[in-house]
Amino acid sequence: MVPGEKRYGGDVAIAGAAPGPGAVQAGAVELLNLPDLGIGILLPELALLVNTRALAYAATHGRVLLPTQPPFVALRFTDRTALAGELLTPGAPDRQLYVLLALFAAAAFDTAAHLHTAAAVRQRHPGLAWIGFPVPDADGLWRFPDYSYGRRLASEHPLTTPGGHPA
Amino acid sequence: MSATERTDVLVIGSGFGGAIPAYHLAAGGAEVVILERGPHLTAPDFTHDLRLGSYTRIVDLVQGDGITVVAGNCVGGSSVVYFAASLRAPGFVFDRRGSLGHRLWPSTLTRAALDPWYDRVEEALPVAEQSWDQVPYPGGLFAAACARAGRTCNPVPVAVDLARCTNCNWMLNGCHFDAKRSMLLNYLPAATAHGAEIRPLHEAQTIAPATTPGYRYRVSYTQLDAGDYRLPVGVGAIEAKTVVLAAGALATPVLLQRSAPLLGGVPQAVGRYFSGNGDRVSIADVDEGKVRDLLGLERAPGIPYQGFPIGKPIGSMSYDRLDPATAEFTRFSLQQIYFPGITDLLAQATDTPATSWFGVRKKEMRARWPSWLSVLAMTEDDNEGVFGPPPPTGSSTRVATSLCLSTLSYRPTANTLRGWAAADAEARAVLERDGLARVRPWSENPAGSVSAHPLASCRMGDDPATSALDERGELRGHPGLFVTDGSAVPTSLCVNPSLTIAALAERACPGIVESTAEAGVRVRYGAPAPR
Repeated sequence: MVPGEKRYGGDVAIAGAAPGPGAVQAGAVELLNLPDLGIGILLPELALLVNTRALAYAATHGRVLLPTQPPFVALRFTDRTALAGELLTPGAPDRQLYVLLALFAAAAFDTAAHLHTAAAVRQRHPGLAWIGFPVPDADGLWRFPDYSYGRRLASEHPLTTPGGHPA
Repeated sequence: MSATERTDVLVIGSGFGGAIPAYHLAAGGAEVVILERGPHLTAPDFTHDLRLGSYTRIVDLVQGDGITVVAGNCVGGSSVVYFAASLRAPGFVFDRRGSLGHRLWPSTLTRAALDPWYDRVEEALPVAEQSWDQVPYPGGLFAAACARAGRTCNPVPVAVDLARCTNCNWMLNGCHFDAKRSMLLNYLPAATAHGAEIRPLHEAQTIAPATTPGYRYRVSYTQLDAGDYRLPVGVGAIEAKTVVLAAGALATPVLLQRSAPLLGGVPQAVGRYFSGNGDRVSIADVDEGKVRDLLGLERAPGIPYQGFPIGKPIGSMSYDRLDPATAEFTRFSLQQIYFPGITDLLAQATDTPATSWFGVRKKEMRARWPSWLSVLAMTEDDNEGVFGPPPPTGSSTRVATSLCLSTLSYRPTANTLRGWAAADAEARAVLERDGLARVRPWSENPAGSVSAHPLASCRMGDDPATSALDERGELRGHPGLFVTDGSAVPTSLCVNPSLTIAALAERACPGIVESTAEAGVRVRYGAPAPR
């Protein structure tokens, strides 16, 4: 969902398709195992399901997979992307499951959803740092005293009624 | 098992639709109990945090077939998590005919007829006009882009204490500074001051005829575990002379569907004609250099914009396409708005729908996140949402914290799609002009269309075949059972709905008081705006 660089030489789970950290470095697996979420126990079964679909994809697209690797890992990045597109397409079987997995993977990167945000920003959480999430005040709250260009930048609609409403 | 309790008036739900009648009835002398499914939190609890278990305690993401809806789940309802844009619906909305070919709103309801009720709500919240120097950077950027494209643009009226607001942009979490005017700050404390009792973590399950003489309805409820809303921890029932149903447009019709056999049937419009307010969100990936060169903006030395996460979430909007002379299904407002990071998933980085919202290009787009600008078009949809058979309990099936599956299905008609296409074209005409930004709507692949404004699933009207409520908000065939939440609003509004929901609830109060008095309660109408 959010591709990143390999964590170490020989990292096969991450394809290494993009520079910088991805969803895994951002804590996607930690998030999926968060007790509050209550789906950690299902992850081995979900991995099995993804690998079954990867096998089917390889068979129908003429891909030869290394038998020493789990089928999804053995797919090239472009094939992983195409398969993810298929799994997540409206009407696809088990789609709601894959959408949930995609949502949580992205939430780990975009929101550090397994961490308290103020602490995550201060610790340079990979996803929040990547998107440039602003830093809070010392008390862990955000305030923006400078927030406005401070001038009229358009004319209001001529039929605006008192209070600023449309007519 | 506990004995059945009794009260004069039972209110189900504590958002705009529940809090307002609760106040007027309590202030008028009735005994009022409010059942609220969610927890009772206040400002110190509303943290700035995106961790699961923070805002997810008070916001639900409800997934249907073809649509996902965001809704509040706490005392104060969606008023706690809304973005406080407080707008009167344009006059043409009340004349809408939809694809049914007849007026959908009650003939007694026009903008002029609703204006006095809007006045009351604006006084009670209260609503403030933002001056241009109170419009945050994203709203300023949108306004400048509108002006350059030959459009007008207005600061958005908001239910915010502007002197107290820190422009933190955490409104979905509830307001930590008590600057946003939710029901927690006006109608609900005024109601409890007059003796109303709020019961959080109480989920209504059925409405049936009462067995005690003089009482009209018996409402059964389940008490929910504060740490896991999936777990019931108790049950009970309350009989009341009047029931005000305001559980929200995703819950009110489901509760009535489940109650239909007990009530001897409900109108066939219950659970039909749902509208997502025609919501359509687009993300603009803005070119900072063009902001400087085309619009002449600079917020700090060398920084033209980079203001996506700064400010109140809603700053400015264009009314240009709210022209009553144009055809239905082509009118809409276009509003600058900010959504928290959980929705970043939906931004499209390419034009290949199957993979546009994830992958390498999307990650590159994320690196420009401070330069994003999002806009919400509120269009005229076709009331095409329909609820399936109700789940065994509650209004949806809670699968995880904050994540619920609904039986609601939404298949946009050609009319709705026409409105969305017109809105997309307008967003691009304004924001893509001379390469200022690249604009694409949120992907519909992961979650269908997305709405934060559920409406119309138990709507009022004059035609019994296509409206569940009469023009006073009473459920047809069920005296003393009123519906006052977003489900009563007949159509999409082309603006954010909260002020209209609140105004309709205010308008319904004299009738609810009258009905309650007829049931033998010593109650009178006429309380002033809460202080």
